[in-house]
Amino acid sequence: MSIVTVQLGQCGNQIGHEVFNAICSDVHGTHGLCSKKENESYHDACKERFFSEEESEVPVARAVLVDMEPKVISQTLSIAARSGYWKYDGRSHFCQKQGSGNNWANGYSVHGPRHKEVIMNLVQKEAEKCDRLGGFFTIMSMAGGTGSGLGAFVTQCLRDAFPTSFILNHVIWPYGTGEVIVQNYNSVLTLSHLYQSSDALLVHENDVIHKICAQLMKIKQISFRDVNQVIAHQLGSVFQPTYTAEGGLHYSRNPLGDLMETLVPHPEFKMLGLRNIPQMPENSLPYSTFSWPGLVKHLRQMLIANAKMEEGIDWQVRPPQLGSSIPSSHSTNKPLHFNTSIANLVILRGKDMHNVDLGSFRDPSLYTSWLNPQDAFNAWKTPRAFNKYEKSASLVSNSQFLLKPLDNVVGKAWNMFASKAYIHQYTKFGIEEEDFLDSFTALEQVISSYTIL
Amino acid sequence: PVSLPSAVGQCGNQVGCRFWDLALREHAAVNKKGIYDESLSSFFRNVDTRSGGDGPDIYKGKICSLKARALLIDMEEGVVNEILQGPLRDVFDSKQLITDVSGSGNNWAVGHKLYGYQYRENIVEKLRKTAEHCDCLQCFFIIHSMGGGTGSGLGTFVLNLLEDEFPEVYRFVTSVYPSGEDDVITSPYNSVLAMKELNEHADCVLPIENESLFDIVNKIHQMIDSGKLGSTVKQNSLVTSSAGSTKTVQEKPFDAMNNIVANLLLNLTSSARFEGSLNMDLNEISMNLVPFPRLHYLVSSLTPLYTLADVNVPSRRLDQMFSDAFSRDHQLIQADPKHSLYLACALLVRGNVQVSDLRRNIERLKPSLHFVSWNQEGWKTGLCSVPPVGRSHSLLALANNTCVKPTFIELKDRFMKLYKKKAHLHHYLHIDGMEQSCFSEAISSLSDLIEEYNELDATKGGPRTDPSRLKIAV
Repeated sequence: MSIVTVQLGQCGNQIGHEVFNAICSDVHGTHGLCSKKENESYHDACKERFFSEEESEVPVARAVLVDMEPKVISQTLSIAARSGYWKYDGRSHFCQKQGSGNNWANGYSVHGPRHKEVIMNLVQKEAEKCDRLGGFFTIMSMAGGTGSGLGAFVTQCLRDAFPTSFILNHVIWPYGTGEVIVQNYNSVLTLSHLYQSSDALLVHENDVIHKICAQLMKIKQISFRDVNQVIAHQLGSVFQPTYTAEGGLHYSRNPLGDLMETLVPHPEFKMLGLRNIPQMPENSLPYSTFSWPGLVKHLRQMLIANAKMEEGIDWQVRPPQLGSSIPSSHSTNKPLHFNTSIANLVILRGKDMHNVDLGSFRDPSLYTSWLNPQDAFNAWKTPRAFNKYEKSASLVSNSQFLLKPLDNVVGKAWNMFASKAYIHQYTKFGIEEEDFLDSFTALEQVISSYTIL
Repeated sequence: PVSLPSAVGQCGNQVGCRFWDLALREHAAVNKKGIYDESLSSFFRNVDTRSGGDGPDIYKGKICSLKARALLIDMEEGVVNEILQGPLRDVFDSKQLITDVSGSGNNWAVGHKLYGYQYRENIVEKLRKTAEHCDCLQCFFIIHSMGGGTGSGLGTFVLNLLEDEFPEVYRFVTSVYPSGEDDVITSPYNSVLAMKELNEHADCVLPIENESLFDIVNKIHQMIDSGKLGSTVKQNSLVTSSAGSTKTVQEKPFDAMNNIVANLLLNLTSSARFEGSLNMDLNEISMNLVPFPRLHYLVSSLTPLYTLADVNVPSRRLDQMFSDAFSRDHQLIQADPKHSLYLACALLVRGNVQVSDLRRNIERLKPSLHFVSWNQEGWKTGLCSVPPVGRSHSLLALANNTCVKPTFIELKDRFMKLYKKKAHLHHYLHIDGMEQSCFSEAISSLSDLIEEYNELDATKGGPRTDPSRLKIAV
């Protein structure tokens, strides 16, 4: 089954481009460290998932590029084509000239309806190219106007036009100290709307990735390109082919469906966080070795301590003792900083992953009580190494990972809303105070739900 | 997206002239192949002149003849005529000019009511024609001074007109405010009358004070003359310089100062014209820097003022650039933002500067700045890859800060001094359409604006109580 990627706005297009780069470079790399047969299966599965083969020699990404100003798309198309390894379909993009002015209302209420037909036609065309459509992957930032506002509108349109397809929104959380002053408003409006039409929201926080670039990748002058490449690597580590069943003979054909099935049992809980280890500068790789037990141990502690990366993990945090008299639904009795999960997915890539002991992830004390622990945890594996890392492990988690960031964003937006600052900019395009209140209410509900896990 | 600058009055056109010159220089430096591209189209049309006269616009391919998207308006002929006889004459055509001979006598009423009424149709028609050539018109710029008659009166008339005829297009105004020692006695009247129009009809105003421009020019001269930098300063990197542009004649006295304003406009629009990792368009500037409709006066500062000839730029020097943006030496108006309240701040960086440089410096500078309680992290940032000519990087900071209040209070005081004595009022009131109420409404509008800033200032330093969040039934 194939995934159609919709790249929205500057951020979405810049990241989307890096994602296809990372996937392609992984597939063509010689560091698969597995049998030729394995490599070929991997290659074929990846191709089906992300690329269509047209008359051209070069694989064509299954993607639709949307932006309300032309510069980014024009750059993205030409850089991709120059790589020689892959390219975008030259007709599969839509842009305008004005931009959205960082205004969610402009993206959602003006650009959305105005360009709905053209955009959905492009999506339809890509969908038709797929033998079997596995779903949609949209990439957007929540801070601006196009990715956020138009992105929310397009997601709704996708849901209406493809009611049975899976939709996964990849959402970029902006830096805490502003890239955009109205980013908290835009974020609140985006998240509340996506929650209604999307199946799940996979989040990357710029602040976190920035730290990874600085402390783990040791990059001195970090550019957005560096940030985007780390994000692309992490996404690739989730979406490249894997075996989802123990002893499976074929690479899974339905990654989005599998993801939703394992991680989103309840529509109230759609916030997914992502961790990937190890991360290090490329030139350090030949000098490093990792063991699966070591990686698993780190990843688990990152989960329960809500660590954003593999350095600075708080090893003091322990899961609560089960069977004690403290009712587990009372959040204040939970150990401080302990991150409660609904469901987790671990993905292992590299040789000898067959016998890796993942029992520590099945510990019921990690999870909220209303899911059977057997269902709450899943593992996907492949012996094929990913992107030059001999061994790598990823965690996609539906847990309290994003509770604090969400609470922060809502808090800041509410603080600004109380003063009514900037509201006139939104009402100008048809988003009224009541719409804001609806969004705040929806997100306070989500926060509340995750808090009492 | 396209911007359409309109220069009104003597000052406006002198600045405008420098702007077009430097814009050509900037695009020539970037566009080596002579192909008419998207970024050129922001300010210039490409016209086929081979067929003689003014041919059709050419949207692609080689540059044939560039024409500025502009309107030049003056009620005296001197400045505009000079432009048309100078090296920029081919960049404009007669359809973009509106001139008269007698001037406005430093009288806002003559500019706004008399000439406004007289030239309304002409202006609308020329605006429409010029706008028609624009694929996607995003923003009008008005460049003018506040203290005189034409720029101030007719300039604000044009502003009104733009709102009526093109309500969806943004209106940015670059206004040169008169100083206390301005030799035009009636400049307070003209400025306050114009302020009412700016309050009500502009999306963003960038106030400029000659005193600041003068100080910047002097600072540069001092640095060069003192021999501290000597010959190691790259001449064409000076923010005051016309080097490398079309000017071959002796620079006129205000050219250096006008170049600074021209650079302001170039930097403001750089991210809309050139690519970068974090684009910042003009509509984003308006969106992020104007929290309440009338509070749209932005303090601008430009750095660096010059570049030394050595190529290597250690990050320490990059950091210096950020510090300088918050130093009063680099501001284009006399104000003290550090001791007042920031409502919002934008940083538009050009050149080889990355997001980590931005982050590091914001973190470093933030603690010494006071931000309003509901916008504690109110920073808008943009990264444009293309630096200005002769430089490796540059920074334009735009601040919506209550520090503009003293400027407006002073203006009000100067106005009241004249108004109480009814000095020179008859020159205004005898113009058709002018009444006493124009004055009282104007001063009232200014007072209201000052009061809005007062209310915000009152919140500074007070205890922070965040509003309680919505309670959700579990």
